[in-house]
Amino acid sequence: MEAKAVIEIDKLNKSFGDNHVLRDFSMKLYRGENLVVLGKSGSGKSVLIKCIIGLLYPENGTIKVLGEDIGNYDQKQLDKMRVKVGFLFQSNALYDSMTVRENLEFPLRRHWMKETQERSEVDGLVMDALTDVGLAHTVDMMPSELSGGMRKRIALARTLILKPEIILYDEPTTGLDPITGREISELILKVQEKYNASSIIISHDMNCIGITSNRVVMLIEGKCYAEGEYGELSQSEDEKVRNFFI
Amino acid sequence: MADLFSIFRKSEFLQEVGHIAKFAGRFFSEGFQPRYEFREFIRQCYWVGYKSLPLVGITAFIMGLVLTIQSRPTLVEFGAESMLPSMVAISLVREISPVITALICAGKIGSGMGAELGSMRVTEQIDAMEVSGTNPFKYLIVTRILATTLMLPVLSNLSNAISLYGGYLGVNIRGSVSWHLYWAQVFDALSYGDMVPSIIKTFFFGFAIGLIGCYKGYYSTKGTEGVGRSANSAVVVASLLVFIIDLIAVQITDLLNLT
Ligand SMILES: Nc1ncnc2c1ncn2[C@@H]1O[C@H](COP(=O)(O)OP(=O)(O)OP(=O)(O)O)[C@@H](O)[C@H]1O
Ligand SMILES: [Mg+2]
Repeated sequence: MEAKAVIEIDKLNKSFGDNHVLRDFSMKLYRGENLVVLGKSGSGKSVLIKCIIGLLYPENGTIKVLGEDIGNYDQKQLDKMRVKVGFLFQSNALYDSMTVRENLEFPLRRHWMKETQERSEVDGLVMDALTDVGLAHTVDMMPSELSGGMRKRIALARTLILKPEIILYDEPTTGLDPITGREISELILKVQEKYNASSIIISHDMNCIGITSNRVVMLIEGKCYAEGEYGELSQSEDEKVRNFFI
Repeated sequence: MADLFSIFRKSEFLQEVGHIAKFAGRFFSEGFQPRYEFREFIRQCYWVGYKSLPLVGITAFIMGLVLTIQSRPTLVEFGAESMLPSMVAISLVREISPVITALICAGKIGSGMGAELGSMRVTEQIDAMEVSGTNPFKYLIVTRILATTLMLPVLSNLSNAISLYGGYLGVNIRGSVSWHLYWAQVFDALSYGDMVPSIIKTFFFGFAIGLIGCYKGYYSTKGTEGVGRSANSAVVVASLLVFIIDLIAVQITDLLNLT
């Protein structure tokens, strides 16, 4: 029996002026899987997941999240969807005027639409999320006092704090040393098991892909050029595909 | 006609003006619908108002002092030395103090907002807010523009008062006017016709400073270079706008015979 698709993308087109980034791109994400999107720098991977979360609007094509077409969502529906879909930004996007605690509280308070949630409840969730990424001691620090790897992990904690069903990771291990990179990859696996989350992971990092991926999609020339398991694709006959795995 | 239109469309200056007008329109259409970001608004008022106080206060005092010292010789020449407090009061309250306060704020607040919002844009923090169920335009822009619009008149009034104290010191460096007489002369010279237009125009100054700072930061182009440029052009455009508003304000008060 085929698993249920939680994200279905059909013939997606997105361009910036003359730069056609996505051309009839189609793919599916099934429940509980980790799907890696692989592509050259500038091939439109970030653009793709920003379309899914509703930060960019595609010219045409449909995106269905949890069975619903997000194309005609209004702001309220988009916000509702964004509780269920977590997004890890490539540049972390931590609010640098806020402490780590405030950074993590921000999505909680905002999505619950309440400024005055029970203090202890919020604190509990914040500490849980920080403990998950092993950074409970940084709770009162500013993002500028943290290293790059720590910031990535805080950003990850902020993404996971709402316990999303679907998580979109934009290059979670880029710029990290191999050991921290491996820790993050294992964290992604842990999240998948613990919450049965489905994830799209954008990555160039072969170690990360090896550890996390159940399936890999190749984004080349704006299309879904090839897909399959990591092992399959690395043995591919096609040079364009194989080049990525050297 | 079509030609004229294409000139308009090609002109970068006019395009920019159009974008800023649209941005202002968005402020009015979104700013007064719930949800209201009250806490952030208070925080911005604190930054804009309270944090600018020392700077505004010191400059105001020096301004009053210097203006008085500089004006004295001319008045002495005409034998009108006793007019010094009145003259200084009128020129400070009607023109110099509001405009200098606005220029200082354009420099401090405009550039601060341009840089802060610009770096938030570049590092995707604005996108992150949107993903976190927050309308970044309301949370960041509306609160800031409201804060500058309401705080600038406050700052300007304080600056008026402090600069008049500077004037008192200036009068007494060479001459001798009693505290009581000085203020009697000052308030004798000032009428509502001086005060009210001067206060009203500071609301517009504040709005312009907030609007330009936010606009430049919010639409900062990618990259750290873009952030520097937003901060810089926020100051330049906001300062220019302050003078333009001042020019318009003086025409209006003149027409309405408020002088
Ligand atoms: N807001 C934007 N405005 C204009 N062009 C954009 C914008 N965002 C992305 N692009 C263009 O879209 C293309 C794809 O960008 P994208 O950020 O998706 O690349 P990427 O695959 O994520 O690359 P990387 O691996 O380096 O992050 C690039 O050519 C970029 O110039
Ligand atoms: Mg990217």
